[in-house]
Amino acid sequence: MTMFLQSAFYVAAVIAIISTAMAITRTVAVHALLYLVVSLLAIGVVFYAMGAPLLAALEVIIYAGAIVVLFLFVVMMLNLGGEARQSERQWLSGKSWVGPIILSAILLAEVIYLIVRAQPAGGIGAMVGPREVGLALYGPYLIGVELASMLLLGAVVGASHLGRSAPGRTGAGT
Amino acid sequence: MTEVPLAYGLILGGILFALGLAGLLMRRNLLFILISIEIMLNGAGVAFVAAGSRWGQPDGQIMFLFILAAAAAEVSVGLALLLRFYRQRHTLDANRANEMRG
Repeated sequence: MTMFLQSAFYVAAVIAIISTAMAITRTVAVHALLYLVVSLLAIGVVFYAMGAPLLAALEVIIYAGAIVVLFLFVVMMLNLGGEARQSERQWLSGKSWVGPIILSAILLAEVIYLIVRAQPAGGIGAMVGPREVGLALYGPYLIGVELASMLLLGAVVGASHLGRSAPGRTGAGT
Repeated sequence: MTEVPLAYGLILGGILFALGLAGLLMRRNLLFILISIEIMLNGAGVAFVAAGSRWGQPDGQIMFLFILAAAAAEVSVGLALLLRFYRQRHTLDANRANEMRG
């Protein structure tokens, strides 16, 4: 692992943590989604620095490309206005965020303590290219690929069933 | 040798997961809850890839591919449910979801 990739890991990790923290505290959904895109791109850089170039590309294409665009379409369809921002600010104010943050911080401290105490040996950065991943994916993990395809098929059917407007009730909403 | 220790990759995954968990617990907007779930899945994926990279094996990356497929399926169904909920209730407040019938 070169010096450049090493520093890229640290910089991208810090950017990912900051932008994720910004994403979960925004009151406007579009702002949160834009911070989420930054976070996902930074995680893509982290993957590249870890020696997983295929996943870096997939992170950008599928997560930042497809999934966030799906969120953006939904935000556009909902057409949330100023009162949504007001109610969001009202929900976030007050003491409602203290408990979750304390609980998550305690859990995170425990996880970090356990990881540091276990002292996992070795470093990351061994390059594993798309060739090895593809050979393993369509070799020992073939059943997983089939199950993932069935999961995605079920998701498509479920989304189209839930998303269509119910007959007889059209015009009631939207 | 100058390498990033494995512990740092695992800790990054843990931090992302904890941030997603905090967001999941403190938001009431269903859209932000779905965003937080995406962040949590990403954190788990970072830990998988870091552990796979430490051994130089592709298994960690394959686990992330499966996480990717699960995230895509989850977000499509979740957003369809969210749209339907918004059509019925004209709000995204998760507290109003306790009286959902059909």
